[in-house]
Amino acid sequence: MRQSGWSDAFKKLKRYRALFLMVLPGLIYLAVNNYLPMLGVVIAFKNIDYSHRGLFGLIYYSDWIGFKNFEYLFKTNDAMVITRNTLLYNGGFIIVNTLVAIGLAIVLNEVRNRLASRFYQSLVLLPYLISMVIVGYLVLSLLNVENGFVNKHILPMFGVDPISWYSESKYWPYILTIVNLWKNIGYFCIIYLASIIGIDHEFYEAATIDGASKWQQIRSITVPLIAPTITVMTLLGIGRIFYSDFGLFYQVPLNSGPLQSTTDVIDTYVYRGLMTLGDIGMSSAAGLYQALVGFILVLISNYVVARRDRDQALF
Amino acid sequence: MKTNQMNQTAVHVFLILLSAACLFPFLLLFMASITDEQSIVKDGYTLFPSRLSLDAYSYLWNQASTMARSYGITVLITIVGTFVGLLISSLLAYPLSRKDMPLRGILAFLVFFTLLFNGGLVPTYLVYTELFHMKNTLMALIVPGLLTNGFFVLLIRSFFSTSIPAAIIESAYIDGASEFKIFYRIVLPLSLPILATIGLMLTISYWNDWFNGLIYITEPKLFSIQNLLNRMLSNIQFLQQNSLGGNSSQAAAAIPMNSVRMAMAVIGILPIICIYPFFQKYFVKGLTIGAVKG
Repeated sequence: MRQSGWSDAFKKLKRYRALFLMVLPGLIYLAVNNYLPMLGVVIAFKNIDYSHRGLFGLIYYSDWIGFKNFEYLFKTNDAMVITRNTLLYNGGFIIVNTLVAIGLAIVLNEVRNRLASRFYQSLVLLPYLISMVIVGYLVLSLLNVENGFVNKHILPMFGVDPISWYSESKYWPYILTIVNLWKNIGYFCIIYLASIIGIDHEFYEAATIDGASKWQQIRSITVPLIAPTITVMTLLGIGRIFYSDFGLFYQVPLNSGPLQSTTDVIDTYVYRGLMTLGDIGMSSAAGLYQALVGFILVLISNYVVARRDRDQALF
Repeated sequence: MKTNQMNQTAVHVFLILLSAACLFPFLLLFMASITDEQSIVKDGYTLFPSRLSLDAYSYLWNQASTMARSYGITVLITIVGTFVGLLISSLLAYPLSRKDMPLRGILAFLVFFTLLFNGGLVPTYLVYTELFHMKNTLMALIVPGLLTNGFFVLLIRSFFSTSIPAAIIESAYIDGASEFKIFYRIVLPLSLPILATIGLMLTISYWNDWFNGLIYITEPKLFSIQNLLNRMLSNIQFLQQNSLGGNSSQAAAAIPMNSVRMAMAVIGILPIICIYPFFQKYFVKGLTIGAVKG
């Protein structure tokens, strides 16, 4: 029995060797790009000593220090600030983006002229297409202290003195929320629009005959029928609430120090620890903290999605 | 039917205002790039500058070699990355779509798990710099993070398994076609819609990428256009300090710095805006297949 089991397996391997060859490049890439770094999370428990060379040398010869890096991280105020900022920003983004996108999708769905509707969609989606570096320039042209449009043209209209935007942290929660909305609204809008377009027209015809107003129709037909999409999008957002859009928090505030109390999130903290401060221990501890909590949140939110609607779940 | 619709005029006015809000920063950027330096100092950036000037663009023309080099690097990494990325993603997706593939479940899980957990920036950085020594190489702009991901592979796989009948593949195999021949003669030609969509996503992510350049590239000669822009955003004099040719003796004061930055950004977005109308359809498709299944 055993003998034939082996020879069967060998035959199968021969029959499918071409297919195994096909998966090889992709799997090697995922091994290098994803799985090796996963093993590399042990760095968070090491005191990395750069006198050793090579990845394995660095990891193998550096001393184990247990949870010391995490102790340092959570002893400082940093962990609290970056966790709070990450959660509040992403939580706020989920709420603002969802509400505005649904509203906009409902209005777009009312446009009778197909060409006009496509035109509006293109313009609203345009910001989603460009890189965060460019967004940094666009915001700079608005908020630049000496030449910016806001300081030169908007504030004088209200008799307000120029504000040095890039050194006053209190404005940034609003600025970043608006920039994020401006950049991503098109994306969320077309998702909800696709969902609204899928609603059967007979519901609206019946409601009109019964004398329901437009507002009543939106409240009692449109919103309930796109609720599954809203739930799924929101839960996916919650699953990723520990990860931020690094570009938004790095490029748009121009990496400005005085703004850090309100613009620093886990991703920017990890980046700074690694690239500017050279504090690999703290940086990798924060990274692992993010990866673990993020992993748990994805599992929970997927579990909730799966219980509501099996087909919409990731797994 | 009339009561079933919102007032069309109100709807259009609202949407026109909103589109204008989306477009406004782009217009401001463009106008800033063609505004005379003196009038920027006097009036700031505005849509209706008192004096126009093309000084910024003629300055950039003098720096053409730096600009052209960065552009060339961006074009190169975009083409290579998109091509290689599409190739390895579809090669990985195809066997996963075959119901008779041995170890299919394990392989699919290995792809899928990468979507749930990742090692984070620090281990990834050390893998690419200490193990593969990619710091300051063109490979660093192509390989890390961008080439493919589990999500693309799973999207292509589900297209393969829903749109390509197993019977076609089987009969081709019986007729003596090799697996590779079946793949590029039958499977790929039948899958152009998904390949176009994923290819477009890859193209945009390579064209827009500045992150790999930020962490792996310190040598200005290897900067892509996004990295050049990134550096100019924090250091307005960067282009001048690192010019490869042109008239570097030009006095710093004579350089229209406020508009040059904006002109560079305009040059950076121009190609993507110009071709946007032509690929918008695929772009929208790519976004919606990702979020809403089906």
